[in-house]
Amino acid sequence: MEFRDNKAIYLQIADYVCEHILLEKWKADEKVPSVREMAVELEVNPNTIMRTYELLQQQNIISNKRGIGFFVTEKAIDQVKNFRKAHFMDHELPVLFRNIYLLNISFEELKSKYETFVNENFNA
Amino acid sequence: MIKVNNLNFGYSKHQPLFKNMSFQLSAGHIYGLLGKNGAGKSSLLKNLAGLVYAKSGTLDVFGFDPSSRQPAMLEQICFIPEEFYLPAIKIDAYLKANAPFYKNFNHDYFTDLMKEFDIPVSQKLTNMSYGQKKKVIIAFGLATQAKLIIMDEPTNGLDIPSKTQFRKIMASALTDDRCIVISTHQVRDLDNLIDTVIILDENNIALQASIEEITEKLTFKKVKEMDPSIIYAEPSLSGFHAVMPNYHQEDSKLDMELLFNAILTEKTKFKPYFN
Repeated sequence: MEFRDNKAIYLQIADYVCEHILLEKWKADEKVPSVREMAVELEVNPNTIMRTYELLQQQNIISNKRGIGFFVTEKAIDQVKNFRKAHFMDHELPVLFRNIYLLNISFEELKSKYETFVNENFNA
Repeated sequence: MIKVNNLNFGYSKHQPLFKNMSFQLSAGHIYGLLGKNGAGKSSLLKNLAGLVYAKSGTLDVFGFDPSSRQPAMLEQICFIPEEFYLPAIKIDAYLKANAPFYKNFNHDYFTDLMKEFDIPVSQKLTNMSYGQKKKVIIAFGLATQAKLIIMDEPTNGLDIPSKTQFRKIMASALTDDRCIVISTHQVRDLDNLIDTVIILDENNIALQASIEEITEKLTFKKVKEMDPSIIYAEPSLSGFHAVMPNYHQEDSKLDMELLFNAILTEKTKFKPYFN
């Protein structure tokens, strides 16, 4: 995993976990990698992974079964979508809107670009 | 786990290196010890391991005074120095001579680490490259299963794949009952491994704070223009890399090099944020 330099590492790892859940690489009720496995895989401090897992627990995306490990919750996909949507609306959309406004891009143009993108990337 | 109180230390009478230095280190953390050349990083590490003696003040390393060098303390400390000497013998002979000093030494773990580091076990230590020797003492040190792991510039001399292996090994070596202290200039090699930063400057600790605390109080970001809220900034291609108070609870990624330069340059301005 390549870390970007503008976002806290523990949040980037949260995105990484969420991505796996959305793509159903990790399914509901399945165990997610342990703190240690994840730390080794991503070459980061285990305390950072712990912080990520605590955040994801608060968001009801994963849950801790004592002594066994962390598991994807039943409603994880919905929770991830809510969590990511809120973040996107609050943080990313304003930046996007600003560029759309500054560059005078029409919604029609965006719409066709968006549809092509979805077709190329997700409907294959 | 480690308590240092009013430590005074220096190599000569007229030039103190540490003046009334106090700090504590706990188990379950990887501390990154940063400082300019000559700030005393290695000397501080040596104080903790009983390799040099304090002029005054107290050091408590899991209940022991390091200067008395009791075996029960030493077997729980693994010190990986920047410069080291290895004798002209093979690895198995080295193990036979040194491993018995550490009652928890784990031979299987050592073998695993050597494999991971890709070191030929039958080679004589003196015929190895600096990087290979370094990997041998890192593997030996971790296999001691010591509670306190001290590493002075561990990534010096490691090639690119070895740095990745090193990070993975360190990520798995941190346990709740273990304290790891790493001094380094190569912060980019280690910045995601370190959870607490200690910066040495002007005979004392200029900053000791966890990454979480630092990014809670300060934000690190690229800006196009300078503004009065910026405490410290460095020019970059597209503007500035800036450090400023975290007014809006942003979760930024700590830039350790920038933090280091910021603290050394604007020490008094940062002081109110960290008590």
